[in-house]
Amino acid sequence: MEHPRKAFGWAATDSSGILSPFNFSRRETGENDVTFKVLYCGICHSDLHMVKNEWGNTIYPLVPGHEIVGTVTEVGSKVQKFKLGDKVGVGCMVQSCRKCQSCAENLENYCPQMVLTYGANNVDGTITYGGYSNFMVADQHFVIRIPDALPLDAAAPLLCAGITVYSPMMYFGLNKPGLHLGVVGLGGLGHMAVKFGKAFGMKVTVISTSPAKKAEAIQHLGADSFVLSTDPHQMKVAMGTLDGIIDTVSAVHPLVPLLGLLKSHGKIVMVGAPEKPLELPVFPLIMGRKLVAGSCIGGIKETQEMIDFAAKHGVKPDIEVIPMDYVNTAMERLLKADVKYRFVIDIGNTLNPTS
Amino acid sequence: MASSNAFGWAATDASGHLSPFHFTRRENEADDVTLKILYCGVCHSDLHTVKNDWGFTTYPVVPGHEIAGIVTKVGSNVTKFKEGDRVGVGVIVDSCKECESCQQDLESYCPKPVFTYNAPYKGARTQGGYSNFVVVHQRYVLQFPNNLPLDAGAPLLCAGITVYSPMKYYGMTEPGKHLGVAGLGGLGHVAIKFGKAFGLKVTVISSSPSKESEAIDVLGADSFLLSSDPEQMKAATGTMDYIIDTISAVHSLVSLLGLLKLNGKLVTVGLPSKPLQLPIFPLVLGRKLIGGSNFGGLKETQEMLDFCGKHNIAANIELIKMDEINTAMERLSKADVKYRFVIDVANSLSSTSNI
Repeated sequence: MEHPRKAFGWAATDSSGILSPFNFSRRETGENDVTFKVLYCGICHSDLHMVKNEWGNTIYPLVPGHEIVGTVTEVGSKVQKFKLGDKVGVGCMVQSCRKCQSCAENLENYCPQMVLTYGANNVDGTITYGGYSNFMVADQHFVIRIPDALPLDAAAPLLCAGITVYSPMMYFGLNKPGLHLGVVGLGGLGHMAVKFGKAFGMKVTVISTSPAKKAEAIQHLGADSFVLSTDPHQMKVAMGTLDGIIDTVSAVHPLVPLLGLLKSHGKIVMVGAPEKPLELPVFPLIMGRKLVAGSCIGGIKETQEMIDFAAKHGVKPDIEVIPMDYVNTAMERLLKADVKYRFVIDIGNTLNPTS
Repeated sequence: MASSNAFGWAATDASGHLSPFHFTRRENEADDVTLKILYCGVCHSDLHTVKNDWGFTTYPVVPGHEIAGIVTKVGSNVTKFKEGDRVGVGVIVDSCKECESCQQDLESYCPKPVFTYNAPYKGARTQGGYSNFVVVHQRYVLQFPNNLPLDAGAPLLCAGITVYSPMKYYGMTEPGKHLGVAGLGGLGHVAIKFGKAFGLKVTVISSSPSKESEAIDVLGADSFLLSSDPEQMKAATGTMDYIIDTISAVHSLVSLLGLLKLNGKLVTVGLPSKPLQLPIFPLVLGRKLIGGSNFGGLKETQEMLDFCGKHNIAANIELIKMDEINTAMERLSKADVKYRFVIDVANSLSSTSNI
């Protein structure tokens, strides 16, 4: 065994991406560590990309999961912030260098030596294993407290989907009452952007290629309006109406029509990452002083801030709770975007170790 | 209305060849200022227009929107200017004055700008500064600081504001930060001067090795990066806080984005004729942005001129006679000028008239 403590989870063992029960090990609780029993873990689309090795960097066996919540079972001797029984979570990172400019500015997500929660080389030379497992050990710096006001299962997706949209909305000023926000793509990230947008007092328009999403967007998620991006007339009417756009779509798609929806001085922030470059005619940027930016999750301080904000304002992801052994079916449905809007694995009740 | 009261040089077809041209300017009304033109800068937009590169030129067209001269008449409502004042006119001579942009002193983003040349206006078409005088609404006339020369100052009215405005808007003014200036022509050379005045470290990025000594010894840049040298580009990865991209040819954004640090900003002010390829991953992983900017509002243009007066900033020019304009245009198309041609209108225009 790599580590002294036995652990159990589900892992993908090859690029078919099929997950199955997997015995592995985790380290002892170090002086700065928090160990917690995992109760729930969200399924992020990144998990699907990684189990299938779509980014070409997957190390098998891979235990995915970076929207992890549970209750503390042990803390290291130097841990003051957390105690037994506390409700906590871990998101996309479990370590960073803690010394560079990014780390000093609470932007661990941009640290060149940031360690991802799963499938990454950790500082001790081992590979990290994620939240589709029975317990986690993480440095206290990267552990988030979950307030009582948030149900644990619904809190899980905030740790990736939530912070991924909250961070750029704050950084790029797309968080002011009265501003008009566009959200492109209505999935895990998109539905969080709608909810945060409304919590910030913004007017929110969902932009999607699926007409079926209109009723949901408006009646259920509280969006103010819906634009079908494949309908030229609707797109034309919406031109020059948006102060900002959060673009969650990771497939390659045209930027030009979206730039047209922005008012002058408008901003489009990409949080989905298409792997091929997008065509960018410079004219619309120049004529309207518009900008295109990107953003990648968020720092730890900001993640805690986002969780506290969500608890205070009742911003909760819409989830479908599933048993562990449904995970492969869930992945297939996720591929077809057949989920409203995040699967969350009920680890605590359904992850059963094989003997 | 007087007939053929004005004289200048115009292009009459898409060959772009300019020749003497008599035409009529409107009367000076209550809000107008008439100025005798002493100098006019030759902007690359003038070249694009005379050759109909953008497809919307109406001939005959008198180009020129970097106009400097002396006031000869003011209308009854004009209080800011008097006869004898040293003034300038830039890219626009009117706008709607009512929209949000105009009301926020951002006339360059008004949906109905009136360009100084080649635009429909008051039943006729605007004709630019390659001419003996012009009549302009007072709001669109700029005051030259006393110590700013009219000849070397004229290019500030387009080239100057086009880089000054985005440097301010995108916050590229923090002393000690590192600015990259991509492209060393009319816009690029002024960006270096503003960069140094803001207390920035300035690196010129160019594909022409011959520009290195000029950039450093004459223009005051701190360093030079040869974009065609992969070793140099690699060594400069992640070293710049800001980039002003003045390159008007189609070029690679990937390599420029790589030069930016975390949170880096690339502003594009050049107008390539085809779209660029925008890779999204670098934006997301580094929270970088690419934005555009379009010359600037009148208030800001005045602020820029005053800043130039205070810091003794003017363009590096080659003064030419009116009848040398066609040769100058040819040299401009080969970027053979350090760094702006300025026509000595007052001393060389009238002698070319036959009447």
